[in-house]
Amino acid sequence: MFEFDKLLLNIYHTLQVWFTANNIPLIWLDLGVMLFAAIAILSALLLLTLFLVWWERKVSAHIQDRLGPMRTGPHGVLQTIIDTVKLMEKEDTIPASADRKVFFWAPVLAFAAAFMGYVVIPFGKGLIARDLNIGILYIIAITTFTVISLLMAGYASNNKYALLGGMRSAAQIVSYEVPLTLSVLGAVMLAGTLSMNGIVEAQGPYFWRWYWLPQILGFGIYFIAATAEANRTPFDLPEAEQELVAGFNIEYSGMKFAMFFLAEFVNMFTISAIATTLFLGGWQPPLPGLSFIPSWAWFMGKTLFLVFVLMWFRWTYPRLRVDQLMDFAWKFLLPLAFINILLTGLGVYIFK
Amino acid sequence: MDPILDIKDLRDEEFIVNMGPQHPSTHGVLRLMLRIDGEFIRGMTPHVGYLHRSIEKIAENRTYNQFMPYTDRIDYCASMPCNQAWAVAIEKLAAIEVPERAEYIRVIMVELNRIASHLLYLGIMSLDLGAITPFLYTFREREQVLDLFEMTCGQRLTYNYIRIGGVARDLTPEFDKTCRAFLKEFRKKIEDYEAILTQNPIFLGRTKGVGVIPIELAKAAGVSGPTIRGSNYEWDIRKVEPYSVYPKFDFKIPTGKNGDVWDRYMVRIEEFRQSCNIIEQAINGLPEGDSVKAKLPAVFKPPKGEVFSRIEAPRGEMGYYVVSTGDKKPYRVKIRTASFGNLQVLAPITIGWKIADLVAIFGSLDVVLPEVDR
Repeated sequence: MFEFDKLLLNIYHTLQVWFTANNIPLIWLDLGVMLFAAIAILSALLLLTLFLVWWERKVSAHIQDRLGPMRTGPHGVLQTIIDTVKLMEKEDTIPASADRKVFFWAPVLAFAAAFMGYVVIPFGKGLIARDLNIGILYIIAITTFTVISLLMAGYASNNKYALLGGMRSAAQIVSYEVPLTLSVLGAVMLAGTLSMNGIVEAQGPYFWRWYWLPQILGFGIYFIAATAEANRTPFDLPEAEQELVAGFNIEYSGMKFAMFFLAEFVNMFTISAIATTLFLGGWQPPLPGLSFIPSWAWFMGKTLFLVFVLMWFRWTYPRLRVDQLMDFAWKFLLPLAFINILLTGLGVYIFK
Repeated sequence: MDPILDIKDLRDEEFIVNMGPQHPSTHGVLRLMLRIDGEFIRGMTPHVGYLHRSIEKIAENRTYNQFMPYTDRIDYCASMPCNQAWAVAIEKLAAIEVPERAEYIRVIMVELNRIASHLLYLGIMSLDLGAITPFLYTFREREQVLDLFEMTCGQRLTYNYIRIGGVARDLTPEFDKTCRAFLKEFRKKIEDYEAILTQNPIFLGRTKGVGVIPIELAKAAGVSGPTIRGSNYEWDIRKVEPYSVYPKFDFKIPTGKNGDVWDRYMVRIEEFRQSCNIIEQAINGLPEGDSVKAKLPAVFKPPKGEVFSRIEAPRGEMGYYVVSTGDKKPYRVKIRTASFGNLQVLAPITIGWKIADLVAIFGSLDVVLPEVDR
């Protein structure tokens, strides 16, 4: 068990020396590093999604007094791989009356939007692709792209259920974006920075100094709003099976469907990762004495716990209705988020 | 032509959706033509008949005993009451004396089937609201009831167990113990269902005040069973027109207050407990006896005449109208099923609500489509 940051820095410095010795402009090295980071994140997340899909099935099965997948590998760990192979083999149908270009690009955009947020997520000490100084702003901007892809999918399918699902998702994500952004502000005010790494470092390695305690309201609002952003139960109205059959992805099959599916799981991990970073101290250990466990392990542990809570929600709660969903966002979460900002502002003014 | 299909007055925002016959929450093959304004339902026409098997016509070409297996297929979620309704009608027509032990066994079986059927309702209703877990829980318990049926008659879905003049065979020796164990376990499980649904704020928000059936409408449309009891109207054939040995048992008829989805849910939850009470009393008071079936002639010919008799099936009133010419086959059979009446109120109470409410209301009516079409 070790930290990656020193190893990666050493490699980088060695390469820097080698590049200078051979008179190659250093821009190539930076480009190479970027490419490496992109590939590393992409492959790590794909592997993680394979795990998350299996895990969701296992969690749901055990909540429901079942066993879940058991046949493919020990406790069915290979189930997702088998499913992916099946999805790839499937015929990729496009409805005759669909808008073909939009229909094709919608899942691609959903997939891309889900992955782009990971540029600024600190997976561990020094494990961040780009520590943008507006990191949290960037994430909020990028994750909203999802709504465009869902609208595109709903519109391009030329199906009434898909259209209803697309409209629902647009209304839902745009509404919940507001309390979500406002709830994040509290943590930003406490840390005094928008950089994700900066927010983690500001919290320090003591679990009572993490922002979940002063920002308990903000944490709650963020988590609820983020659940709605990721279209998870009890806010999974865009794909409500019992009402809209499958919602926006009703006409999608094969790998295109798999991309929506992957995007959903990546989104679930994203919102948990942001919650970890902002409110649970990111990669910091809960006590300084526990730092022998590497930082990335702490980050993954906290994030996967939040992912588990999301799954727990899904397999416990019924679904809200459209008007109740809107009421909840505008009449309850939004005022509460404003109160949270006010209280945080007062707190920062008095105690700092 | 269908008035909602008349698109001359279709406004720009409105469109027509054909919900079903293949749709996850139409419980079989109901087709609903919906006129939708965004999320709101402005018009609706239910189309039935996709499962029509002309059971009433078949009855005219079968002897009285041969028709019994067909009654299983009227409501496949609750076959025992369908069997019983047919047996009770013919026994009334031919004035057949049924051994008391057989009557008790019938009560046990029908009440167990009521539990199984309400479990199915509860699971699918919560599934329609988006809660998937209670569905699996109720199916776990339903499985135990089906095991009891399998132990008794060898079948798990279409039992063909109750016969004219009694039941097909006596209970197995281990039935008593297994059934008592199930009842004890099941009473605890009812608390579990209530814990996960009854006071859940999302569930309350989705069901309270939704889909209110006014009592006048319910009476006019011929609604019966738990659906009309939810509208605060005490109507249960077991009490108002007692048959079999029901007068010997002590049980209550639960009613709701407002007639909304939540009241219908609570009525059924309470009926779980009442059915458990009835079964317990029936097992305790089960009379001894060798015979569980009255002796009938090999070629059974009821006297000339006609009869209507009804019983309380899990979904409501189920009745058979039989005309006999003294032949070995009935001249005419008309089946009155609860689901058909209950489905009639769907359109009037759903218009103005949202698509999500339509699913909740339809789930709460507990309609089984083969029973509607027959």
